[in-house]
Amino acid sequence: MGEHIIKLPDVGEGVAEAELVEWHVKVGDLVREDTVLAAVMTDKATVEIPSPVDGEILWLGAEIGDTVAIGSPIVRLKVAGEGNVKPESSPAAETIKVEPPAKLATPKPEAATPAQKASPAAGEAKARPAPSPASPKSTTRSTVSGAPRAEGEKPLASPAIRLRAREAGIDLRQVAGSGPAGRISHEDIEAFLARGPQVARISGLARNDAVEDIKVIGLRRKIAEKMTLAKSRIPHITYVEEIDVTALEDLRAALNKEKRADRPKLTLLPFLMRAMVKSIADQPNLNALFDDEGGIIHQHGGVHIGIAAQTPSGLVVPVVKHAEARDIWECAAELNRLAEAAKSGTATRDELSGSTITITSLGAMGGVATTPVINHPEVAIIGVNKMMVRPVWDGTQFIPRKMMNLSSSFDHRVIDGWDAAVFVQRIKTLLETPALIFVD
Amino acid sequence: MKEISCKLLVIGAGPGGYVCAIRAGQLGVDTVIVEAGRPGGTCLNVGCIPSKALIHAAEEFEKVAHMAGGKSPLGISVGAPTLDLTKAVAWKDSIVSRLNSGVAGLLKKAKVKTVHGWATFRDGKTVEVETETGTQVIRAEAVVIATGSAPVELPFLPFGGPVISSTEALALSEVPKRLAVVGGGYIGLELGIAFAKMGAEVTVVEALPRVLAQYDAELTRPVVKRLAELGIEVMLGAKAKGLSTKGDALLVETADGKNSKLAADKILVTVGRKPVTEGWGLEQIDLDMVGKFIRIDDQCRSSMRGIFAIGDVTGEPMLAHRAMAQGEMVAEVVAGQKRSWDKRAIPAVCFTDPELLTAGLSPEEAKALGGEIKIGLFPFAANGRAMTKLGEDGFVRVVARADNHLVLGIQAVGQGVSELSTAFGLALEMGARLEDIAGTIHAHPTQGEGFQEAALKALGHALHI
Repeated sequence: MGEHIIKLPDVGEGVAEAELVEWHVKVGDLVREDTVLAAVMTDKATVEIPSPVDGEILWLGAEIGDTVAIGSPIVRLKVAGEGNVKPESSPAAETIKVEPPAKLATPKPEAATPAQKASPAAGEAKARPAPSPASPKSTTRSTVSGAPRAEGEKPLASPAIRLRAREAGIDLRQVAGSGPAGRISHEDIEAFLARGPQVARISGLARNDAVEDIKVIGLRRKIAEKMTLAKSRIPHITYVEEIDVTALEDLRAALNKEKRADRPKLTLLPFLMRAMVKSIADQPNLNALFDDEGGIIHQHGGVHIGIAAQTPSGLVVPVVKHAEARDIWECAAELNRLAEAAKSGTATRDELSGSTITITSLGAMGGVATTPVINHPEVAIIGVNKMMVRPVWDGTQFIPRKMMNLSSSFDHRVIDGWDAAVFVQRIKTLLETPALIFVD
Repeated sequence: MKEISCKLLVIGAGPGGYVCAIRAGQLGVDTVIVEAGRPGGTCLNVGCIPSKALIHAAEEFEKVAHMAGGKSPLGISVGAPTLDLTKAVAWKDSIVSRLNSGVAGLLKKAKVKTVHGWATFRDGKTVEVETETGTQVIRAEAVVIATGSAPVELPFLPFGGPVISSTEALALSEVPKRLAVVGGGYIGLELGIAFAKMGAEVTVVEALPRVLAQYDAELTRPVVKRLAELGIEVMLGAKAKGLSTKGDALLVETADGKNSKLAADKILVTVGRKPVTEGWGLEQIDLDMVGKFIRIDDQCRSSMRGIFAIGDVTGEPMLAHRAMAQGEMVAEVVAGQKRSWDKRAIPAVCFTDPELLTAGLSPEEAKALGGEIKIGLFPFAANGRAMTKLGEDGFVRVVARADNHLVLGIQAVGQGVSELSTAFGLALEMGARLEDIAGTIHAHPTQGEGFQEAALKALGHALHI
């Protein structure tokens, strides 16, 4: 019998580390070759790590949420035969974790503070819900002789104390008793009053002081980092304009009516994508990546449109590459394929990166106006709001028109308000007279 | 007659109603109370107070009669006593009268206006009172229904003639030679024992397999023993069927299904009390009910805004002190104070011989909570004071949680234990543990020492047993 160490493989071009987001196995499990052991996440994609051999899991080298360097050992297997490692070598010594594993052994009471949220101790607290050290109940446990008050039990307090609580608007169930059997004293009430919010409660609505610590891991962490980056570095300018899409909707309905196998059903997005391509032809500076550290704007010839999509695990942005080279049906087909892949979680890292401009749409939930956050390091994002029939004054009367707003944000460091307005107005013209989209 | 407008209108001047009105008056709430009879309600006029007076008279008479038998261990001998019940009842009535005027005076002192007459709701804010001088309309922002309860009548044994309720039993002019008591609950036994002591041949007819069925058998055993000593016959599992045609006997179906005739001069029916929910226009305001009772929340609010209900009309336990506590609370709520019902215990006393006292949970109820419990029982046979009073029967029993020794319930049976209710109630309300009771010095020689010893017993180190 020997041991086989599995190291984190290279999961993508230029990737130096990956975040462990899921273990599919635990110590003691028997695995076959190709059994999926874990999932790790890089900038955009989640990659599954299969076992290269048959064996029994002896050791797992990272906690969920840990960032692991490529090449670090992540699993030790007991295998038939020699294995790939000498038995006496200690796998722990080889671990190259970004965060020190020592924290695991000593979860501190202040684990709930934001500074330590990313520590493995907090991750453990989430995995196995334990009494939160911050809750008032647990602070009394050491001083109570006999069992403390259980959930739902009447608080133990004399009539005078109950009256004091009533007049102060305190729900005694929220107050920890320091006396024998958890009895609440006047001191406990005063301490609670000094600490708790001073707002008198309306009786009947119980206050909930519970705090659940949820570790930000995986996709959520990526999104958080990305949003912080975008909002802290990019001075956004957001421009909202309304578009009369009545003609576009008529055209779309007509095109969808004529069913052809090679032509997928059209949504509004392919029209918008084509309109953007045409507008970018006039204003190529909108289709760019701004390297603010290097002080360089990479203006791209190819229009790679990211489509922000909500998936069960969070926001992802699949990318329709080279929209300038795709006609409206090809745009639609590619969009459908990518949306499907993103939803099922099978989108590759490649399909989820490389955009030069982004569309964000919440469909029927699109609201009247939004303030989209630029997909850093891009310089523009187009937000699609809800389409609705609105009365429009045509000079003599109100007529019902299908109206839709576009809320678009631009990096004001490199895009002036004027340019932004011209860009959106151009898109508006194209969408309101959709025939223009097809004229080259 | 000119309409009266007020902030608070209380309907019924029983212990709940008059306490509510007095407290509201103290708090400066403009209050009117309506009562058709004399102030004090059932409790003062035909319940607690007069029955205790009669029970006391019976006790004294029985003591002397016992001495006259020449068997008193105290060495006292007297001639055979006689009892003038009319005089005893007059004495009792004088106490009731004094208390009536006492309550009226307290109401007056609190600046509460009393309207005599029968109140009927017109709507949720308006009540009509039929007074001697005409109909008085009263409008109020808040109304408290405190109409109380009345004895339950058996359809096959209606009140009248020899069939009497507790009310008539307290006003008899002579002791009946043979008294049949239908219903072996606390009212039936209190009065049955009193009449037996005054010389009546008493038979108790109880449908259940034991008397005082709301208490556990261990607690009632000394009472059952005393019933036998007093010569009271108890027919268990027996059903009253009606009055004989001549009206001189109670028809009874015995436990083994036989019909028998129980000769009786008076038949006292004490099969419970029912809330008074008729005759005052409940149908006009359509309140939510729980069974026969008015549904209330933890502030005694009914389902209609501005209408409160307190006391027996709101359910069990039908006890004067519960109604008083509710009345006090409602007055404070109406005055704008933050109050709600948070009492932990309503002690209950049964003035039988010996007396029964319960507060909090019985051992069975405590066990039903699921946790482990500890019970400490101290018999009065080991209590010096009880021995010197010829009251060795009975005990004090403490029920506590095993894990933190929190006292859940306290019961006692024995001579004069009713006065221990203050200590029991205070212990429960303060959230006492066994150690708190054990650690409190109890004066010697008193029966109250039994309470401390029972707590010590539960802790495993009783000193005097």
